[in-house]
Amino acid sequence: MSPSSQDPTPSTPHDRGTQLVKRGLAEMLKGGVIMDVVTPEQARIAEDAGACAVMALERVPADIRADGGVARMSDPAMIVGIQEAVTIPVMAKARIGHFVEAQILESLGVDYVDESEVLTPADETHHIDKWAFTVPFVCGATNLGEALRRISEGACMIRSKGEAGTGNIVEAVRHLRNILGDIRRLTQADPAEQFDWAKRLQAPLPLVQEVAETGTLPVPLFCAGGIATPADAALAMQLGAQAVFVGSGIFKSDDPAPRAKAIVEATTHYDDPHILAKVSRGLGAPMTGIGMDDLDVRLADRGW
Amino acid sequence: MKVGVLALQGAFDLHARTLEALGAATVRVRTAAELADCDRLVVPGGESTTMSMMAERSGLLEPLRDFVGAGRPTFGTCAGAILLASEILDGRPDQHCLGGLDVAVRRNGFGRQVESFETDLEVPALAAAGLGDAPFHAVCIRAPVFERVGPDVQVLARVDGRPALVRQGAVTAAIFHPELAGDTRLHELFLLG
Repeated sequence: MSPSSQDPTPSTPHDRGTQLVKRGLAEMLKGGVIMDVVTPEQARIAEDAGACAVMALERVPADIRADGGVARMSDPAMIVGIQEAVTIPVMAKARIGHFVEAQILESLGVDYVDESEVLTPADETHHIDKWAFTVPFVCGATNLGEALRRISEGACMIRSKGEAGTGNIVEAVRHLRNILGDIRRLTQADPAEQFDWAKRLQAPLPLVQEVAETGTLPVPLFCAGGIATPADAALAMQLGAQAVFVGSGIFKSDDPAPRAKAIVEATTHYDDPHILAKVSRGLGAPMTGIGMDDLDVRLADRGW
Repeated sequence: MKVGVLALQGAFDLHARTLEALGAATVRVRTAAELADCDRLVVPGGESTTMSMMAERSGLLEPLRDFVGAGRPTFGTCAGAILLASEILDGRPDQHCLGGLDVAVRRNGFGRQVESFETDLEVPALAAAGLGDAPFHAVCIRAPVFERVGPDVQVLARVDGRPALVRQGAVTAAIFHPELAGDTRLHELFLLG
């Protein structure tokens, strides 16, 4: 409704969809846990446990992996049901390169779009032009070059890809070490060497120079893919992730509510082993998990 | 003087780095023992329901209420402003407030993330403190709205005619994020106050 001519309220200009506003929400999610949920009931369990946001999707990655076939954006009715069930931010996934799914998610008012390798890619060359949207995007990365390519396309948050749906933290650790280790090495490069870094990373030179100067990614770096225990979350945080996504790890475990709560506490108190020991007790069985040698499909290979 | 930054969840690092750049000694507060060490406190932005739950589970609720009640300078931004309010609208029924400010605050009063915005605000209190009369660049992320402010609450700046920066005694609260905009003047004002 537009203000009537009698409305005495002075209005302030509102600049929406800016980089500061988009990256700003990622800043607000730091130190928190973003949980995958497939029903309003799970969303409420996540919010009750202290999740700082939820990811609304139809099937958790473990089920997508088991079911096979093409995985797509969730039914809007399902996403709206989750938005109505909780007060915290709601994210949702679009297929890599599927900008129309992203347009639909933006129109639903989701708070972040995850252009995700967990869904079946829609474009084998191009990612979404994320600058064209008001809603911010998070993208997965396995190394620094991939992270900087996504940022150059407008991503405002980067997460490790890990290997979703496995309950196995090994790939997320590899990706965090790749990204953060290369950042540490890049800060030692002299200006001439930065050109070579840009070439090897296949990333835009100005972003490479910015990282060399600041020693950090220009956007927040979160961990995703394989977190199943409070200790996994704390490991990701101690390695340098600034928040964690938990996909199948909560709702594929024996007793989701206490595990969700424990992972939230472990993410806040990630560097206090006494608290980690306390919250890790008596949580029941975690999801079973899969070894990397037993995988038919590597989701992390999707994305270019 | 030690400035605590509540570090349960959210944008606490940016606040701590801003304060450190101004020469303040900071403590990231996750326990009651860490809070006991502080003379001032920043309650950052983040998810207010998460911060409320983690304050309770970490045994920080009563120590925080005592800290604010004792009149020690406290500065809340966005979710921090929600925690410092006396009444929360559109919150969770189990959500705690610390009650240093006689205000009713509505969570996400402007809407979801696609409605988040940045804008320039006139803040006369900055000029009065000798910090210049340039407008303050305010970044509002799923920002709350102060719907009622008590008679003892001073309004220092407004967005769309509604209170956006308020002060009552030693407690200051903003619906926006001064730690995001690269303008340190509100942190300077907090350290002066």
